[in-house]
This record gives sequence, C-alpha cells and structure tokens, in this order.
Amino acid sequence: MSILPIARITLLEVARSRLAWLIGAVFLVSLAMAGFLQQVALIEAREIQVAIIAALLRACAVFFLVLFVVMSVVREANDKFFELVLSQAMPRAGYLLGKFVGVAAAAALIALVMSVPVALFAPLARVPAWTLSLFCELLIMAAVSLFCVLTFTHVLTAMSAAAGFYLLARSIAALQIIAATSDQTVPLAPRLADWFIRGVALVMPRLDQMTQTGWLTNASPDPAALASILAQTVIYVALILAAALFDLYREDL
Amino acid sequence: MRVRPLRDVPAWLKVAVLAGLTLQIAWSSLQPAPRATAEDLPRPPSSQVLRLAALGEPIAAAKLLMLYIQAFDYRAGTHIPYRKLNYDALIGWLGRILELDPRGQYPLWSAARLYAEVPDKVRQRKMLDFIYREYFVDPNRRWPWLAQATVIAKHELKDLPLAKEYAVALQQNTTDPNAPLWVKQMVPFILADMGELEQARILIGGLIASGQVRDKRDAELLKQRLADIEARLKKKQR
Repeated sequence: MSILPIARITLLEVARSRLAWLIGAVFLVSLAMAGFLQQVALIEAREIQVAIIAALLRACAVFFLVLFVVMSVVREANDKFFELVLSQAMPRAGYLLGKFVGVAAAAALIALVMSVPVALFAPLARVPAWTLSLFCELLIMAAVSLFCVLTFTHVLTAMSAAAGFYLLARSIAALQIIAATSDQTVPLAPRLADWFIRGVALVMPRLDQMTQTGWLTNASPDPAALASILAQTVIYVALILAAALFDLYREDL
Repeated sequence: MRVRPLRDVPAWLKVAVLAGLTLQIAWSSLQPAPRATAEDLPRPPSSQVLRLAALGEPIAAAKLLMLYIQAFDYRAGTHIPYRKLNYDALIGWLGRILELDPRGQYPLWSAARLYAEVPDKVRQRKMLDFIYREYFVDPNRRWPWLAQATVIAKHELKDLPLAKEYAVALQQNTTDPNAPLWVKQMVPFILADMGELEQARILIGGLIASGQVRDKRDAELLKQRLADIEARLKKKQR
C-alpha cells in the first residue's frame, strides 16, 4: 500500500525537525511554571498548576503540530517532492492519506508527551480522558492544516487560515450564545447574524468541548461525552480529508 | 496555480465530500444548541485576572464580556426575563466590566434598562443600589442611569425616600452642562409627592428666581407646579 512509505517519511521528518527539542523545552517551561505557581498561590495551588499547565500544553501542542504540517507540505512543494511521488504512479489519495497517517502518529506522540507534566500534578485517573481528547483535537487540526496548506500553498496564508479556524472553533459556542440574544421580535435584518452564526456552527467542530481543563481539576467526562468527541473527530477528519483531496485532484501539476 | 476542471475529480470523491458535509451538518444539528442558562453564570474573577486574560485589550474584553453576560437567562419573548439570574454574581460581573472600561456605558445601561426592570423588587433594589454606587465614580457621564434609577424607585418601587436620595445625589454631583435641567431638579417634585409641600415650594420658587430655567416651556411647567403646591398648601392650612 502506498500510504505507509509516505507516513514513514513524515514520521522521519518529525524526528529530524527538532520538534522533540521544542516539546522538551515546553516540558521544562511547564515544570518551571508549576514550581513558580506553587510559590505564589495561597490556596488551590494544585488546581492552579494543573489548569495553567494544561492550557499552555494544549495550545503549544496544537501550534507545533499545525506549524509542522504547514512547513512540511510547503517544503515538499518547493522540493518538487509531490511531483516525484506522482511520477512513481502513486495516487494522489495515497500521498494525502500517507501524510495524514504520519502526522496522526506524530499527534499521538505529542499528546502522550504533553500529558506527562499534566500527570505530575493532576489525579492520574483523570489524565487518560484529557490525553485522548487532546489527540482527537490534534487529529482535527492536522487534517485542517493539511487542507489549508494544500489549498493556499503558502505558509502565511495557510497558518493564518488554520489559526483562524482554531479560534473560531473554540469560540463558536460563545458566538452562538451572543448572537441568540438578537431581537427576535423585529423583522429580518437583526436576525441575519444569528442565522449566519448558526449556519457556520453547523460546519464547525465544537473544540471548546474538547480537552477541558475542568476534566483535570473537577471531574472526568462521562463516557457519552468522550464517545461524542470521538464521533465528531471521525466525521470531521473524514470531511476535511475529502475536501483536501478534492482540492488536490483539481491541482494541475 | 492552474486548476483542473471539476470533471477530472473522481466521482467517488465528490460523493465523499457531499456525504461528509451532510454527516457533519446532521451531527451538529443533533447536538444541543449552546445556551447560557441562569445557573451557568459563575462568580466573576478578580479584575487583575480579567486584565491578564484581556491580553492588554481591556476595552475590547469589556465589550465582549458585556455581550456574553447579557445572554445569560435571556429568552426571546419570555414574560419574565432574568428571574433565575443570580443578581449578586451579575452585579459582580457588571462591576468588573466597568473596571475594565470605566468610560463604557453598556453595563450601566443594562443595569438600568434591562436588569432593574424585572418584576422582582429585591432584584430591582440590588440593581438600583449598584447604579447608585457606580454613579459617584463618574457623575457627569453616568447621570442618565441614576436618573433612570430614580424614576424606577419612584414609580415602580414606590419608594419615595429612596428616589429622593438618588435625586439629591444627582442634584449635588452632576455638573455636566449637557444634563437636562429636570435631572438636577427632581428633588422638589419628589418632596411634593412625599407631602413635604413647604420644602418643595421653597425649592421650586428658588429655582424660578435663580434664572437657571431658560426654556419657556420648562419655566411655565415649574410655575404651574408651584401654583399647584401653593394651592395644596392653602387647602391644608384650612
């Protein structure tokens, strides 16, 4: 199968890209921050440590993965790697899925490594759900960044689009709540914003429901919530990969 | 970048994209819509924490927070809005938003026009008290909301001593030349409603004699009111 060699090359690239060094640095920074917070917090020191470290690690994990995907695809485009792959009679779908499998493996590694500092401060039983959810979030962002970079082809536009998507997905629920307060008694115009936001929300994943810090500080999510996150991940990754492949098939190389 | 025609995209892929999109929309539609219920409104964090979270944009954060807070327990078309809302938490949030953006009018507008108009006297009093306290921070910018609070205290709560307290504060602290005269001269009218006719007569008479009332209609109205009070006084003396 043509997917595995590409996935292997992608994982090799992860290993050689010094991503591990970067993650190690964040690991150390989070430990140092935990020590600092321990000193300054008067009460609930553990909760404060967990909440701040978990939020920092989550954001860093997403940022590193998106950056890696975008830089990797742009570099391959500049090196004419994609043309080389196609010259080996490999289908475009093989390249994309191979790339995604490689990035997904990297996402699993990142989620596992990022959960280690969290596990040092949060109750151990609560960490697996958080880690699994982080992995799902990373899978969605990996697919989205692949789609963005294949569509926009430049680092700046692809990164901006991926970052915009992430912010929107994290805040869409708040936007829906705010838009729902538009005056429902008056005709059309003021309600358009509400309808528009509802329409956008239909095609966005609810990232605000994923990898919640409350799962570490208060209580683990119930199985139904985790199942819902897994289902959303499968559906959204499939949709975005199909859209990315659609774009890839339309490119005239 | 050159683009190949749509017919070059395999049919199975077109079907896959459409199926994925349909599935996603169906999935999202099945999820409960996010809603800010009254019980969800937490206590506000400290203003330092909010400033930190605002990342150097306190005014933008204040505006956004205000839009978010107003969504709690809001139901379009309900007869009794905000009836379940924890007003202590709500007042905490409004106060924090004012700390982030002291020149912003939205929190006090909401306090006076949304949250103080609920059919619940305890909640109304809490909100009026909040408006009264915040008024002293910037009287010349915040007088409209204390004026509104005075009207609510007088006509809805029927608490004339409270209305008088607010009216006296407005009279003594509002120096904004753009503030209409009635805002600063509500005290005699409230006194008249309280039955303190002699005091009201003195105040209105003094106001007319001072020449501060330049508008002819205002002056006529004051004279009419003075005549009414004097008639009531005469009737009382008999």
